[in-house]
Amino acid sequence: MTEYVVRFLVGGVVVSAFSMLGDMLRPKSFAGLFGAAPSVALATLGIAVYMHGTGYAARQTWAMAAGRSHSLSTAGPFATSSCARGFG
Amino acid sequence: MSPISMSPSSLKEGRLYEYLIRFVLGGAATVFTGLVSSRCGASIGGLFLALPAIFCASATLIEKHEIRRKREAGLDGRRRGEEAAALDAAGAVLGALGMLAFAVTFSLTVQDSVPAAFITASLAWAVVSIAGCVYAAGCARCADCGAPGTWFRRSRPVRRKTPRANSAVF
Repeated sequence: MTEYVVRFLVGGVVVSAFSMLGDMLRPKSFAGLFGAAPSVALATLGIAVYMHGTGYAARQTWAMAAGRSHSLSTAGPFATSSCARGFG
Repeated sequence: MSPISMSPSSLKEGRLYEYLIRFVLGGAATVFTGLVSSRCGASIGGLFLALPAIFCASATLIEKHEIRRKREAGLDGRRRGEEAAALDAAGAVLGALGMLAFAVTFSLTVQDSVPAAFITASLAWAVVSIAGCVYAAGCARCADCGAPGTWFRRSRPVRRKTPRANSAVF
């Protein structure tokens, strides 16, 4: 139970810090970068390294990279066109 | 795209409950990821590490802030709110590209040194995201005149067309 309370507090603090940084930045298209900041990853990996070791954390990040590359490859054409329009 | 700037006064626009929502969402996402990892293993749990916890909350809050600001000026503000949220989403796409760089860098360096892995992975995220942002700004063209992106270009000084009051002919 204590582990999940720590997870909740650490995750909340890291996510809030990144979102406040995003709030302060202009223009909004640049601040949007912080909407996809690795905040959950930082909090979770810190706890994973402490509790299970580096091998466990490495396995988690390989899975994260695989999931992320798949979603980017499927959303690539849409992302390219929407970025070009959004940053004008 | 206008130059990057930082205004701490923007934090005053947010309400207390909005920050509370972000805190709870961030905490809940981290607990959820931990639960999935412990039940289904590191490989399945890792898929949820890239959860855009901030984006879910910030997109709606940005829209609300823009609408509130425009309504104070006597305007509707709905269109402005939608556009601001869309711009935030365009930035989040590039942040996701940086997240891939974060994951690969962390995986390659964590076995050697844990602090170095966190630092280099965060730097990789920042470099890739900002490089993508600069590239996108360079590729973008003005909707009115078709001119290329203006990230690095200085804005021209505005010329006054009407004569100044103190330059009147006596």
